[in-house]
Amino acid sequence: MRVLVVEDDKDVAGFVVKGLREAGHVVEHTGNGRDGLFMAASENFDAIVLDRMLPGGVDGLKLLETLRAQNNHTPVLFLSAMAQVDDRVRGLKAGGDDYMTKPFAFAELLARVEALTRRGKTDAPTTRLVVADLEMDLLSRSVRRAAQKIDLQPREFRLLEFLMRHAGQVVTRTMLLEGVWDYHFDPQTNVIDVHVSRLRQKVDKPFPTPLIHTIRNAGYMLRVEEP
Amino acid sequence: MTAPEGAALPPALPAAPSAASPTASPPLARSPAHGGLLRSASVRFGVIYAVLFGVSAISLAAFLWWSTAGLLERQVEDLITADSAGLAERYDEGGPQALLDTIAERVAGNVDDDSLYLLVDPSYHRLAGNLEYWPHNLTLDEEWRDLPIERAGIASLARVHYFELAGGLHILVGRDIQNRSSMRELLADGMLWAAAIALALGSIGAWAVRGLFRSTIADVSATAAAVSSGDLSRRVRVAGSEDEFDLLAISINDMLDRIGRLMEGVKQVSNAIAHDLRTPIARARTRLEDVARHAGSEAELRFGIDRAMGDLDGVVAVFQALLRIAEIEAGARRSAFVPLDLAPLLMDLAELYEAVADERGMTLETDIPESLPAFGDREMIQQAVANLLDNALKFSPKGGRIRLRAISPGGQGPRETGAETRGDVVQIEVIDEGPGIPEADRAHATDRFFRGEQARSTPGSGLGLSLVLAVGQLHGGSVALLDAAPGLHVVLSLGGAPDQGATAL
Repeated sequence: MRVLVVEDDKDVAGFVVKGLREAGHVVEHTGNGRDGLFMAASENFDAIVLDRMLPGGVDGLKLLETLRAQNNHTPVLFLSAMAQVDDRVRGLKAGGDDYMTKPFAFAELLARVEALTRRGKTDAPTTRLVVADLEMDLLSRSVRRAAQKIDLQPREFRLLEFLMRHAGQVVTRTMLLEGVWDYHFDPQTNVIDVHVSRLRQKVDKPFPTPLIHTIRNAGYMLRVEEP
Repeated sequence: MTAPEGAALPPALPAAPSAASPTASPPLARSPAHGGLLRSASVRFGVIYAVLFGVSAISLAAFLWWSTAGLLERQVEDLITADSAGLAERYDEGGPQALLDTIAERVAGNVDDDSLYLLVDPSYHRLAGNLEYWPHNLTLDEEWRDLPIERAGIASLARVHYFELAGGLHILVGRDIQNRSSMRELLADGMLWAAAIALALGSIGAWAVRGLFRSTIADVSATAAAVSSGDLSRRVRVAGSEDEFDLLAISINDMLDRIGRLMEGVKQVSNAIAHDLRTPIARARTRLEDVARHAGSEAELRFGIDRAMGDLDGVVAVFQALLRIAEIEAGARRSAFVPLDLAPLLMDLAELYEAVADERGMTLETDIPESLPAFGDREMIQQAVANLLDNALKFSPKGGRIRLRAISPGGQGPRETGAETRGDVVQIEVIDEGPGIPEADRAHATDRFFRGEQARSTPGSGLGLSLVLAVGQLHGGSVALLDAAPGLHVVLSLGGAPDQGATAL
């Protein structure tokens, strides 16, 4: 996967670039908005990590707006120290696909970047999600595993749907909170863990192999256990 | 009306000398004395008043003049014209003799003795009338004129009409207008006096307007000056008359209250940064230094760094919460207010936390009506209620019962008020069976970083209730902490006065 990182802080940029490369991605980096815009417009990337405040006369918002005006729909994740609600709203309105505030944990950034690239690929509406022997029918809103029907509450259904759509990717607690509940704050209690554990009771417990895995210091992942 | 500002006036002097004076007294309200009188708004208002007053007085006088003096003049001419026409008719009907008789009759019948007649033959010899001789300076090319005459030795003034009859006879018909012209003079005199009085009254009025204006503004100006020099406790005097100036004073005072609160907030936050953030930062630093010096293995090193990162994440979370509260208190989010239904919002939150309560052996009961219309910021309300539920879960004993209730005392269902649907007052209540907050601490429980005795041993930043309060106030509501005996009963009120800042003028 090719990722463009537009970030002027050398330390942060170095940390992000190193981490993404370790995760197996091809990374290009530039420290100013003008070059960033040029690269984003002239080359093909699977995702762009974009700072809001950039030197070079073109800030992150401007860069993104220009890019979108050129009909370029490369997924963009804002990485910014501007943390107010309005800042996030403005970033998403300008065409950003996700918004993260600094300081951040790298695991969270990686999970979100990978989730973005997946989103870009599956644009066509799907009616059925399948992971191993787990099947979800989005039309009849039913779930089966190994031909056995699983009854889920509406929220559990959406939680599982989110995990299945991001199968094979790390999904953080914040991503779940935003994606499933549409909450943009951090509860002090481990609400997400409790809900995932309830889901496990239904989806994994009665079956020999677990599908929902906990990723330490990051979140969860739905995947087929490697033999 | 006035000269364009700055064009005719010298530029303002760079600084008032009082600013440089060494006395420690608070600066007085700035006086606009430099740069010409017209620069002072109060003088300008006074002058405008005087000019308006003068213009209306002059218009009134002109109208009076036209309608009295002018009317009299026209009346005289009308009378003369009618008289002349009558005489000409008599002459046409009965010849010269009839005319002579008529003139004699009219002269005799004129009680006021103001009618003038003179009939002369073609060689200007008097035939009849009460004038002695044909005025020698009368030129024949004008029909109307004012004529000085002398009757019985008294000089007088007459308005006369001259015309020629068939047969070469000339006739003058006129009226003595001496009385009328003296009345005109009287009128003119009166007008002059009136103008003088108007001038005097205008000046007094202008002076009074200026004084009134200045005294009303002076207090506002002095208060603003005192506040800008640091005395935030000063307020503009409200006269209690509820006029426009009172409303202005109230608005300014509200603004000053708000500035005061914001300043207080800034002070609290800087204190907090000085004291409450130093501790976790120091802890993280200590941990890092400790592992750097004493870690015996890589595993130990990693463990230490992980824990220090956890500490720093805590610091970041505190920062985030502080900034969020500041953002809410700044009121900027009010522009994002929308009409919304709180019932599904609360049910969603209850569902989110119910699982946690269940896992910890507690129960979460809800009592939420079908629909709870409100006007506000969805995200902020979510976060406030989540904080309350977080707290309840944190402090409740095992087996404890947590209740989430919501009521809309104004009634159920949406209510149309005017053009748009505004929500009613909504009360959201969270009741737990934990230790509660002692009476003495309740007043401080919503202060930033306040942590009660009971809470010291639990994780948390002491910002949860501060945020709840900020959200309540943003929505024109409040937060009440009650005793649930045992436990805490929090009432978050929203709505009621969605826009407390706006006062209609």
